[in-house]
Amino acid sequence: MSRGVRSGLFLVSAAGLTALLLWAVAGLPDFGHYRGPYGKVLNSVAVGERHTTNVVAAVVFDYRGIDTMGEEFILFASVMGVALLLRNPHRERRQVPARIQSDAVRLAGIGFAAGLLVLGLYVVAHGYLTPGGGFQGGVVLASAFVLVYLAGDYHAYRSLSPTPALDVVGATGAGGYTVVGIVSLLLGSAFLHNFGPLGATGKLASGGSIPFLNIASALEVSAAFVLLFSEFLDELVVRPEARSE
Amino acid sequence: MSYLPYALAVWILAVGLYGVVRSRNLIHLVVCLTVAQSSTYVLLLSIGYVNRGTAPIFADVPKGTRAVDPVVQALTLTDVVVSVTVAALLLALAIQAQRHADTTDPDELAEMHG
Repeated sequence: MSRGVRSGLFLVSAAGLTALLLWAVAGLPDFGHYRGPYGKVLNSVAVGERHTTNVVAAVVFDYRGIDTMGEEFILFASVMGVALLLRNPHRERRQVPARIQSDAVRLAGIGFAAGLLVLGLYVVAHGYLTPGGGFQGGVVLASAFVLVYLAGDYHAYRSLSPTPALDVVGATGAGGYTVVGIVSLLLGSAFLHNFGPLGATGKLASGGSIPFLNIASALEVSAAFVLLFSEFLDELVVRPEARSE
Repeated sequence: MSYLPYALAVWILAVGLYGVVRSRNLIHLVVCLTVAQSSTYVLLLSIGYVNRGTAPIFADVPKGTRAVDPVVQALTLTDVVVSVTVAALLLALAIQAQRHADTTDPDELAEMHG
């Protein structure tokens, strides 16, 4: 099919799809007049029930905890898929010269990486109190590693993020989440049902099992992202293979 | 006017799909797919919005303050993670296509056999 024919076909069908979707959203409640009762109930009971001030985190790590477990394993499986697709043990590695020669850039990079690391830890630790959480903080933590690559070089990045250690961290995160769920079962409640002392509202030690799930997901997400970056950056240093044509 | 945010989501989806169809590069195609997927964030978040509602975080505001829906926000978080995983896998496939077919143009890939 030529590009012209394809574009024409697309424009006709996209116009139809857009019209149908606009018709569908016209049937939704007016913007700002949300009518779902579930969120309203959670907003009024979650703080009292779970002693966490961030209701979104309470939904993610408690009320819909099993959903988040699936989400974590999607990420886990995707990193595994990328590693499998990009693996190529037979290609030799070459030394890549450091791209950045400026000491000022390196120094600023190290400073920002350290700051990002602290910010990431803060976002993770306070995830169930203020905006943030294991997923958001995990991505911030992983980006600190990317900054090491950007301001430094590939070898500095790689020596900071050895793949075996990342594998262990990621597996601990994914496995730890499941273990918390199994502990709930052993305590006689439903899988991933909240347990443990709820603590004082608004303090770090609050929320029962929510902090554990929060930290487990932070481990999994940060390791998964650093692994993803490593897989793609490794493409830089492997020699292009001789083509067999 | 009150349906404008929903219409915006439909528009973003249409623009993203147009980019996918017209794409001449697999990396560009993945970015367009991400644009199309981001329409779902706009739709989810605008459905859960409550007039003059604050964020569903009661650290600084008293309990019982009118807040937007926390469930759709949690769903959006899931949505973002799924989007990232899909993008990562597709980019890895684009690298494979470059390795094996020496091209990232979807049209040229379609002409390949075996």
